[in-house]
Amino acid sequence: MTLRAPSTPERAAASPPRGPRWKRWWASDLRHEFVRSPTALIAAAIALLCVIGALLAPWLAPHDPSDLAHLDLADSHLPPAWMADGRATYPLGTDDQGRDMLSALLHGLRISLMVGLSSVALSVAIGVTTGLVAGFAGGVVDAALMRLSDVMLSFPPILIALLIDGVGRTIFPHARDLLAFGVLVLALTLTEWVRYARTVRGSTLVERHKDYVQAARLVGMRPWRLLRRHVLPNVLGPVLVLATIQVGQAIVTEATLSFLGIGVPPTTPSLGTLIRIGNDFLYAGEWWITVFPAAALVLVALSVNLLGDWLRDALNPRLR
Amino acid sequence: MLPFILRRLAQAVLVMLVVGMGAFWLFQYVGDPVSNLVGQDATAAQRAQLHAELGLDKPVPVQFARFVGHALAGDFGISLRQGREVSALIAERLPATLELAVVAAFISVAAGVPLGVYAALRRRRWDAKAVMAVSLLGVSLPTFLVGIVLIEVFSVLLGWLPSFGRGATVQMGGWSTGLLTVDGWRHVLLPAVTLAIYQLALLMRLVRAEMLEALRSDYVKFARARGLPDRVVHFGHALRNALMPVLTISGLQLGSLIAFSVITETVFAWPGMGSLFIQAVQFPDVPVMAAYLCFIALVFVVINLVVDLLYAIVDPRLRPHGARTRGAP
Repeated sequence: MTLRAPSTPERAAASPPRGPRWKRWWASDLRHEFVRSPTALIAAAIALLCVIGALLAPWLAPHDPSDLAHLDLADSHLPPAWMADGRATYPLGTDDQGRDMLSALLHGLRISLMVGLSSVALSVAIGVTTGLVAGFAGGVVDAALMRLSDVMLSFPPILIALLIDGVGRTIFPHARDLLAFGVLVLALTLTEWVRYARTVRGSTLVERHKDYVQAARLVGMRPWRLLRRHVLPNVLGPVLVLATIQVGQAIVTEATLSFLGIGVPPTTPSLGTLIRIGNDFLYAGEWWITVFPAAALVLVALSVNLLGDWLRDALNPRLR
Repeated sequence: MLPFILRRLAQAVLVMLVVGMGAFWLFQYVGDPVSNLVGQDATAAQRAQLHAELGLDKPVPVQFARFVGHALAGDFGISLRQGREVSALIAERLPATLELAVVAAFISVAAGVPLGVYAALRRRRWDAKAVMAVSLLGVSLPTFLVGIVLIEVFSVLLGWLPSFGRGATVQMGGWSTGLLTVDGWRHVLLPAVTLAIYQLALLMRLVRAEMLEALRSDYVKFARARGLPDRVVHFGHALRNALMPVLTISGLQLGSLIAFSVITETVFAWPGMGSLFIQAVQFPDVPVMAAYLCFIALVFVVINLVVDLLYAIVDPRLRPHGARTRGAP
């Protein structure tokens, strides 16, 4: 017996072919839209390139930026290889401590992506669960969530992240390494989860009156199983769009906090800390320390934003 | 109407209380203030007496009430980093931040509205499309990066404008202003543009969307049918109706400008409240953080309250149910 959304006509009409998930995706409208949109293809290619670079950083990078034994101050402040004083061993030049910029950039990208992805994953988990429960159960949970999100959404996210980060740093005054990452990820997560909760709550309110939910209830399905197996897949569309855009947002927020010196530990290379270091040497004409990480940040943010925009339009046929 | 106002006010007070609790809670991490005040050889009795004098022996709710009382009087204690009254520090930094925010708001409205109108009226032309593409970039670029680029171009490469500080200021009865000197204007230009870019792009896209919506409406079609010239239809009919939501959004954005100034002020070493706050977070300097937390919450609560009330006054449909039934004949 299938209980899959018989009341939504577009789903019923499309009747996706059965089989493994990737096969269903391959036959879907979404893939068709994707292949036909040059913006989406380019944005996806750039994003994929960044992810691969970040994933394979330890193997791709010519040097290890965290290995202090190999740093040589005599090699500091070198320009990129194609300039007069550049050296082939340092393709994008070196920073003030003699770190290879290309290696620092790849490792920085890795850390930025890790912080961004983990905070988005956490806030999706918290937000979707809360939203499902609030929308389905209503009552006190719902009222509390709505009031809380009213307050949180009236402040700009960067400010909430700043405040939570500040509070976290006060509670753990000597946060080093892992703890500093924890505070940062927590700040980003607590800032963003309400958005998902609100979106999911809205869709759940609509879904819960539909026939398939009533049918599942009638056959005696437990609420948790009903939510997970039947309601959840039907409310995930908007969450997917939001999460895509928020990955870009989280990376930019992380870079901003790290740039301000209150994000990842200052010695760890992330896009924000690299730009911060480079900013001190702009006046000396050493533009490469700032420009490369900044360009990487803009590319990541822009490509993720474009992908998110495309996904929103593709999932919403009315906007076409 | 009155119940609605009262309910919104109660909500605002509740939010402030919650934020106050957060600020109060922060103070638990400062450590025992008594050990900083008394000498090494103070007896237990002396310590207990000082505890009693400071009210630290009272239960937590009483202490919180005292904190709220002090906060309402603008007293947040002494900065741990600078050893001065927090209220004095804030009062000293406030003019710089407000001037920066106002100049930025002016830039974003003065440029955002005309650009948005242009992009809507000429939406099929390549230059309008270019404006839209650039605005997407403006929304995606992080504020601090815009600041760095502007410094690199206008301060380092061209040498036209200074890149840090407020320049010459004039003291006017406790308010130090930089807007009365040429030097002050030269200093405010780059940070204000940096702060304005994001808002400008946002405002422009909003104006364009509202304008396109208005241009499709029946009253615009009717105005055209009456044979009115384009200029009158565009600016007399369409723009007028498009501007209403734009005004409310730009009102709300004033709060964001003050919030985003944290970043801009750090990039440009602007001596405002934002850089004060960042230094406090780095230190960590709890009294300053608590004061900033309460201040920024107050700004947002007041702005949201005013906007909500204005909405209710301007558009009766938005009034909550209680108020509507009472107002209806």
